[in-house]
Amino acid sequence: MEEQPKLPDLSEAERNALEELMPDEMSEIITSGIKRRHFLKLFAVTGTSVLAAHLLGIEQLMARSMPIEQQAPMLIENGINLSFKVNGSTQRLTVDSRMTLLDTLRERLNLTGSKKGCDHGQCGACTVIVDDQRVLSCLTLAATCEDKKVTTIEGLATGNELHPMQASFIKHDGFQCGYCTPGQICSAVALMDEANNGDASYVTANVRKKSKSIKLSDEEIRERMSGNICRCGAYPNIVDAIREVHGDKAVAQVWQFADGTI
Amino acid sequence: MRPFKYSNASDAATAIGIVSANPTAKFLGGGTNLVDLMKEDVMRPTELVGVTRLKYAKIEKKVDGVSIGATATNSFTANHELIREKYPLLSMAILAGASAQIRNMATNGGNLNQRTRCTYFYDVSMPCNKREPGTGCGALHGENKNHAIFGWSEECVATYPSDMAVALAALDAVVHVEGTNNTKRSVQFANFHRLPGDHPENDNNLKHGELVTSIHLPVNQFADKSYYLKIRERSSYAFALISVAAALVTDGNTIKEVRIALGGVAHKPWRASIAEHWLIGKQATEANFKAAAAAELKNAKPLQHNKYKVGLAAKAITRALEGAMQGGVYGAMEADSTTTNNN
Ligand SMILES: Cc1cc2nc3c(=O)[nH]c(=O)nc-3n(C[C@H](O)[C@H](O)[C@H](O)COP(=O)(O)OP(=O)(O)OC[C@H]3O[C@@H](n4cnc5c(N)ncnc54)[C@H](O)[C@@H]3O)c2cc1C
Ligand code: SF4
Ligand code: FES
Ligand code: FES
Repeated sequence: MEEQPKLPDLSEAERNALEELMPDEMSEIITSGIKRRHFLKLFAVTGTSVLAAHLLGIEQLMARSMPIEQQAPMLIENGINLSFKVNGSTQRLTVDSRMTLLDTLRERLNLTGSKKGCDHGQCGACTVIVDDQRVLSCLTLAATCEDKKVTTIEGLATGNELHPMQASFIKHDGFQCGYCTPGQICSAVALMDEANNGDASYVTANVRKKSKSIKLSDEEIRERMSGNICRCGAYPNIVDAIREVHGDKAVAQVWQFADGTI
Repeated sequence: MRPFKYSNASDAATAIGIVSANPTAKFLGGGTNLVDLMKEDVMRPTELVGVTRLKYAKIEKKVDGVSIGATATNSFTANHELIREKYPLLSMAILAGASAQIRNMATNGGNLNQRTRCTYFYDVSMPCNKREPGTGCGALHGENKNHAIFGWSEECVATYPSDMAVALAALDAVVHVEGTNNTKRSVQFANFHRLPGDHPENDNNLKHGELVTSIHLPVNQFADKSYYLKIRERSSYAFALISVAAALVTDGNTIKEVRIALGGVAHKPWRASIAEHWLIGKQATEANFKAAAAAELKNAKPLQHNKYKVGLAAKAITRALEGAMQGGVYGAMEADSTTTNNN
């Protein structure tokens, strides 16, 4: 029997809401997933639909990798032959020496989850994890990445299972438009390791006291996440999402659908 | 970006050889400053040599102090046990700068060689003697609220942006440098960066092709009483309007040794030697800190839009010294450490 196609990644409530708003589109959405035009229609029928914006955000947050073909070496002035690992798979390509890691990911490897906000190191939208450290891919030349191991937002989930930080961002509604979200999540994932190592920050009470595995206050989380700007101002929810993954206690979800479901 | 050749150097001699042979070649550390400036077309190297794979990434204990490698990252340095324990001032200063992502990329050598954040320097349609000697200084009679109050010249009124360097100035660090044919030299931190004079195009006294290999921190007794205070327009991820690295050794309440360095006030980290001198042998009281700060700031020469920096620097010196006396513990001093500038 053919497997029943289902709407991935939508809660019951979201699915019901979609059905109500766009009954005609529903069968198409179910067979081929949510397309850009569905979002546009959603915006049209609902005005500034919170649901549509929310779903857009989820698209960003879950960005997945698409298989891409290995490319043959190209002849370019100052071309660099590069071999590095991206989300676990080895990539070999020739890049212009001027190409940043961000453009390489987006334009050559079709990994468009990492976003270009400012392209000058000032916003954090392009944050990826290179050799276990969060870095800015817009200021990293691809040529410097030989033999390195890069993890992007597309590489965080295991199959259909979200990384706990991704799940927590959904639970706590840690985004609105979703543009900064891949960077926020990559940054937050690396931050968990930094806290486990006992790394200090500018607001650490006493840098001379070094202990493994520190417990971060909200002030600490805010300071350590200050390299990721959110123009939608989702900061309180981002802090909640991180606190949940970082701490051992569940953090209460502060939003609900209009009908009272969560 | 303009075209450039790129290579990853595996040893220092090769890196130094390549850069020395080409007047428009540059070393590339984490790239957080140079790549940005190349995108802005402010810097136009024709060749880059990546130095982050060189064997200069260690932090080591020496008989006479601690040596920190030039290619170690800012994050690694700030979090290293030896630095946190013996030179907390340096950890605090590094952690006050940029963002976690940038500190993970930035190298210590690159940090010392970062360029000014003067907006005229960044805008290629503006005059700027530092970017293009002879074109004039856009900031001198222009918008200069972020500029220098000490040591500037008519040719350039820019400030030096590094937080790390302010702590290194207070700690009397020594910079180890390597040139062609394996020539090595050591530069006292006070002589590493320079005042603009007639040649603002030179930020420091490194010769073209010289590679910073390590930074030496001499032994000192400041660890118990040191503090880095950074005043900026938002509480994180912003450059300093004023910053102060302060460190003391006291006997009872009498000041035996004191170091004060200021950021955001000059073309190089500014050692407040007048204030330091004034404080030796005195009691560590707020009144004395204020008097010492006033003595230092008497010589300030503010520009049209940065007179606020004179008062702000005096208060910041006082607060930083108080913070140091309280053991450099964050929170004791931070109730209102951010300030908006209402000049
Ligand atoms: C958005 C943003 C905010 C920032 N905020 C702050 C802040 O608040 N405080 C602060 O202090 N800094 C701040 N910075 C600056 C940051 O600290 C520097 O860009 C960084 O330290 C430079 O190090 P790098 O290794 O990336 O240098 P690169 O960009 O690689 O190089 C900078 C220069 O140093 C030269 N160089 C590199 N290594 C060596 C070497 N070993 N020997 C000789 N020359 C060398 C290069 O040729 C180049 O000219 C900020 C940067 C950004 C982008
Ligand atoms: S202050 Fe210095 S860097 Fe700024 S415009 Fe004048 S010369 Fe250029
Ligand atoms: S796009 Fe890289 S920091 Fe903004
Ligand atoms: S969710 Fe819109 S920028 Fe952060």
